[in-house]
Amino acid sequence: MCRSVDVRRAVLAKNDGLAADLRAELAERRVTAVNLLSSPGSGKTALLELVLRRARERGLSVAALTADLATENDARRLARSGAPVKQVLTGGLCHLESAQVRALIDGWLPDGTRLLFVENVGNLVCPASYDLGETLRVALMSVTEGEDKPLKYPTAFGAAHLVVLTKTDLADAVGFDAAAFTTAVERVNPGVEILHTSARTGQGVDTLLDRVLTVADGAVPHVPLLAAKHLREHGHDHGPDSADPDHGPAHSHDPDHGPAHSHDPDHGPAHSHDHDHGPGHDHGHERAPEPSTA
Amino acid sequence: MHELSIAAAVVESATGVAREQGAEAVAGVTVRIGELSGVVPDALRFSFSLVAEGTALDGAELVIEEVPAHARCGGCDTRFAVGSPPDLWCPHCDIAAAELLTGRELELAEVRMAGSP
Ligand SMILES: Nc1nc2c(ncn2[C@@H]2O[C@H](COP(=O)(O)OP(=O)(O)O)[C@@H](O)[C@H]2O)c(=O)[nH]1
Ligand SMILES: [Mg+2]
Ligand SMILES: [Zn+2]
Repeated sequence: MCRSVDVRRAVLAKNDGLAADLRAELAERRVTAVNLLSSPGSGKTALLELVLRRARERGLSVAALTADLATENDARRLARSGAPVKQVLTGGLCHLESAQVRALIDGWLPDGTRLLFVENVGNLVCPASYDLGETLRVALMSVTEGEDKPLKYPTAFGAAHLVVLTKTDLADAVGFDAAAFTTAVERVNPGVEILHTSARTGQGVDTLLDRVLTVADGAVPHVPLLAAKHLREHGHDHGPDSADPDHGPAHSHDPDHGPAHSHDPDHGPAHSHDHDHGPGHDHGHERAPEPSTA
Repeated sequence: MHELSIAAAVVESATGVAREQGAEAVAGVTVRIGELSGVVPDALRFSFSLVAEGTALDGAELVIEEVPAHARCGGCDTRFAVGSPPDLWCPHCDIAAAELLTGRELELAEVRMAGSP
């Protein structure tokens, strides 16, 4: 005899549920969490140090969690900004889970904190599956990692609200093809904004902080096509589609619309490539030109 | 290798189902894995046998159903395979897909209880 039960539940339902609770609690405390995902060495810590420093210069209360398999070096670097920083040693675990974030901020995150940055474990595969209760998920890569990296790690880049290119000061030296990179990103995440940054020159630091603040002030982030199902359905309380589980991220009532965007007027041009917006197509997307090498 | 964590979540969830059903042990589970879920089936298989040891799922069979990624175009309403590497633009209209229909699955689909002899 063999009984079987149809369950159909998300394997990570427990993490997703804890993350949703954490997101709600953070929202109540008026904290916006930002989850930073990249390979090791892409420059998360270097960029974050500048962002934290800049935020403090602008009088903002910010804090950061930084996860590593071992060593407290990143926390030491980030703490130079003067912001409260906590190191998470995962002891070999390749990603952070929402229960860890929850436990870490309890009794530590100062009241009045506006932005909480979470530097995830350097890894583009595992962390992509785990919602940490963030409002903004940022996928980063440096100019030295190859223009097609978004195609190799589609879950990480495809589910990001914002894509950040780092180390642009090295772009010429490595012959980085920005158009090919944009095409790769657009293929897996149509409509996502790409920011160009450098921790050497400071390029893009203020813009990145501005984007995060726009979301903290209530703008709806870009909705990636690859957003996890629980986020498309329940994650963004202010999202236009959140009430309708049959709708994907796009405004499917309008065939001319691409995936939904932030409707914030301060958002600026949504892409780093040119858009040819015809009348009535103001949220449509034009595919970036194919790279000549393709 | 987060497949270890994923496998642990499968074992935990299936153990809960078995308990609800009053079963002592689980004979097998079916897990659905989307092409864009970020989970590697072989790595999950390997992790599962390790994690299941000494639990109600010790020796349980793991069936993995791989789910291809499909998207829907809002322009022509076609459903198309996203392919690998994925391309979320409609092959006919060259506009971005309106929605991803399948491919992000990471779900415990079925739990089979071990029968009493
Ligand atoms: N040239 C250049 N090097 C950078 C930049 N950002 C980081 N780096 C270097 O890249 C290495 C890894 O940076 P780190 O911030 O530790 O990367 P993480 O592992 O993503 O946190 C370090 O040697 C940094 O000095 C940048 O914008 N330009
Ligand atoms: Mg770091
Ligand atoms: Zn079409």
